[in-house]
Amino acid sequence: MTARGKETAALALHRFGFGPAGHSIAAIAADPQGALLADLERPQAGFVAANLPSSAEAGRAFFAFRAELAAKQKLDQRAKKDAEANNPTNASLLDCSKPTQPCVAPPAPPSPKPMDNKEPPLPQQLLQNEAKARFDAAATADIGFAERLVWFWSNHFCVSADKIPSMAGPFEREAIRLYALGKFVDLLQAVESHPAMLFYLDNAGSMGADSTAGINRDKGLNENLAREILELHTLGVRSGYSQADVTSFANVLTGWTFIETGVPQHGGEFTFLKRFHEPGAQTVLGKRYPDTGIEQGRAVLADLARHPATAQHIAQKLARHFVADEPPPSLVAKLEATFKDSGGDLKEVAKTLVTADEAWTPRRGKLKTPTLWAVAALRLTGVLPSTIIGRVLGAQASLGQALWRPPAPNGYPDTEAAWIDGIPRRLDIANEFASHAAAKADPLALLDAGLGPLASAATRDTVTRAESRAQALTLLVMSPEFLRS
Amino acid sequence: MKKFHAPSRREVLACSGTLFAWACLPKLALAEGRDPRFLTIVLRGALDGLATVAPVGDPDWIALRGDNALALQSKTPALKLDDFFALNPAMPNLHRMFAANEAIIVHATATPYRERSHFDGQDLLESGLPKPGVSDSGWLNRALAGMASGGLVNPRGSRAFAVGPVTPLVVRGAAPVLSWSPQRILPASEDTVMRLLDLYRHSDQKLASVLEEHGRMTAIEHAGDMAAMQNAPPAPAQVRAYFAEVAGTAAKFLAQPDGPRVGALALDGWDTHSNEGIANGRLSQLLGALDAALAAVETNMGPAWRDTVVALVTEFGRTARINGTEGTDHGTATVALLVGGALKGGRVIADWPGLKSADLYENRDLKPTTDLRTVLKGLLKDHLRAGDRVLAENVFPGSAGVKPMTGLVA
Repeated sequence: MTARGKETAALALHRFGFGPAGHSIAAIAADPQGALLADLERPQAGFVAANLPSSAEAGRAFFAFRAELAAKQKLDQRAKKDAEANNPTNASLLDCSKPTQPCVAPPAPPSPKPMDNKEPPLPQQLLQNEAKARFDAAATADIGFAERLVWFWSNHFCVSADKIPSMAGPFEREAIRLYALGKFVDLLQAVESHPAMLFYLDNAGSMGADSTAGINRDKGLNENLAREILELHTLGVRSGYSQADVTSFANVLTGWTFIETGVPQHGGEFTFLKRFHEPGAQTVLGKRYPDTGIEQGRAVLADLARHPATAQHIAQKLARHFVADEPPPSLVAKLEATFKDSGGDLKEVAKTLVTADEAWTPRRGKLKTPTLWAVAALRLTGVLPSTIIGRVLGAQASLGQALWRPPAPNGYPDTEAAWIDGIPRRLDIANEFASHAAAKADPLALLDAGLGPLASAATRDTVTRAESRAQALTLLVMSPEFLRS
Repeated sequence: MKKFHAPSRREVLACSGTLFAWACLPKLALAEGRDPRFLTIVLRGALDGLATVAPVGDPDWIALRGDNALALQSKTPALKLDDFFALNPAMPNLHRMFAANEAIIVHATATPYRERSHFDGQDLLESGLPKPGVSDSGWLNRALAGMASGGLVNPRGSRAFAVGPVTPLVVRGAAPVLSWSPQRILPASEDTVMRLLDLYRHSDQKLASVLEEHGRMTAIEHAGDMAAMQNAPPAPAQVRAYFAEVAGTAAKFLAQPDGPRVGALALDGWDTHSNEGIANGRLSQLLGALDAALAAVETNMGPAWRDTVVALVTEFGRTARINGTEGTDHGTATVALLVGGALKGGRVIADWPGLKSADLYENRDLKPTTDLRTVLKGLLKDHLRAGDRVLAENVFPGSAGVKPMTGLVA
């Protein structure tokens, strides 16, 4: 096998996968491109095998948890009030700041349910279990190209766990994974009708001004989801739609909501509520859509999916994510053409990406996002993320890329400018990680496994001359070749 | 003071540790009415033995190191140990212990390793094997495994623990271990930052600018503000506090009547290639931190100090001469520092090789004249009562010709 083959293999693993692990460079060196294409054809590509609750189940558990918590707080307040009423002069005894006075706590109110302090609260538990499955899938993938595509689409169609903690993980499994290698239109329909998205972008309570519910409750439209679909999910910003298009599309989407979660056995599933739906035809981007109920919205989404601006928008984002912050226009054009010609077949688009010459430029200018970098370090050292999930999530958060918590619906950026200032912070994370992971690591073997021919002489020297294994590992994962793809 | 408790399983899983120790009580020592404690501290990066304990009585000393030579008559005078050797002035506590016959310095000592790679050197130092190679266990673990447990120490059998984030090879092996780690480990050291910056300047100017700019920002923003030094290399006081916490905690565990008796931990940062700062600078600060850590061990041991031996060892020494960047490169022989109330101390043990060019190993390093294994075997034999055969065959395989040094322990 040629040195050139190994170099291309290492490049492929960093650029299109989650980074090399073990002997993965040698394993695909004979045909790196073929290995990426094969990764898309695996029967389970893009799926995670995990026994996790559906979004509806998780949502119900979360709302029940929140209701119990609220009840407990109310009971606590009531007990405190009673105590003060019975013994008003002694209220100051609760002040523990004066060391001369005994500190007396009020009798504990009956708790509705004993809390197990050892387990994190339910919302964190749900999130952690999802995170374990997600990060382990990335860490154990042979290459991870299909999984990288899942991550790309999950960020493109992001929701935030800050707003809907229980459903962020299920959303990715139910809406993204099922279609990430399918047709864009199916992905779009699944995403925009998912309860997590309907809640996140405020469509669940949006009602037409002239709908039954709208008239009765004197409430109306929320255009957030409609706008973000046009601006972020499909056409892209400044691509020619108007405020009138946004308003009409928002009217089209009224009634897309989910079943109330009050009943334990059901709730949290998508539903179309005719009572919320604005009656009548709507015109979006110059086309008139008659009122066909839920089908009206599906028809608009189907047209948006095949709109030329969508193909251009997606092609640009994919090329920027994988290849370069300023991708070559010829590469974008190839992706765009495949998107259009294949009717938005995302697997075909992915194949075009890895068979385009432009995608194999030896210049490795992309700065990995904090998460991609951290996963690469975990893979390299053979640390299974689920065994230290708290630290993994903590590191993501402190590096500004908390899992499923982007600050805005445009998701996390994937350009260097957004992340490069976090390099000093990465160094501390690397230092701490290395001091845990380096005990048995052979830094030079890891250098070969993780970078192979990509390692510069300077990096090789720096790692070789480190004063300890921990320092060597820190310097390895912080080397330019490991930070960049 | 916070009461120490045995770490729970949960705490152990939250961190892997540096100090591992077994609750096995050496049976023979116990039968003699002693209750010995043994702590090994691995100094990673290769400690400059000549900068730690200077041969001020050697006529070639000043010529060898010039302005960097510690001397009894200088702005920061070295601390006199005997007629020939003096201690780095950053180590007053070690000096005090030496005066109280509770410290021994072994000079011109080295493991059998004669190459100059940190990784291999540390492996050999900790594995106890005669040659570099893969080993799953360290000499301290095998020494303990070779001894019968007194059974008194821990109701749950031979349980062990660790302090710090790294598991040193010296204590890995068949004997079971537990660990404890400080809440926060130190941020990346100044040394690590400089190495990385050097690499970035070679190959990635953008990354270099960010790291440089960050260094400037934190220096300006947080001048003197320790609490706000997040994300900046640790200040000397932080290193000092960390060393003292790690070593002091080990001592607290070892001092417990039902606690473990043997352990090890590692302290990094000794690879001083440039701007070494022997009397006033980086090495001086590190030695000061180490000195404070020894004082913390002494304090926290309490009455058990009289049954204690602490052995401080490093993978190899540094070049005898100063290099072109006011530092020293990888060398061969160095010092081993032994402290503890159980020692017959107040002595520097050295078969001094001399400092003339012809006396140096490969005309560059202090020549090793004492095999470090003879020192460690002497301690294991006389302090913990390990048997000769176990020492020669299991603990330091192939070391039958390296006799245990006698008379180290009182």
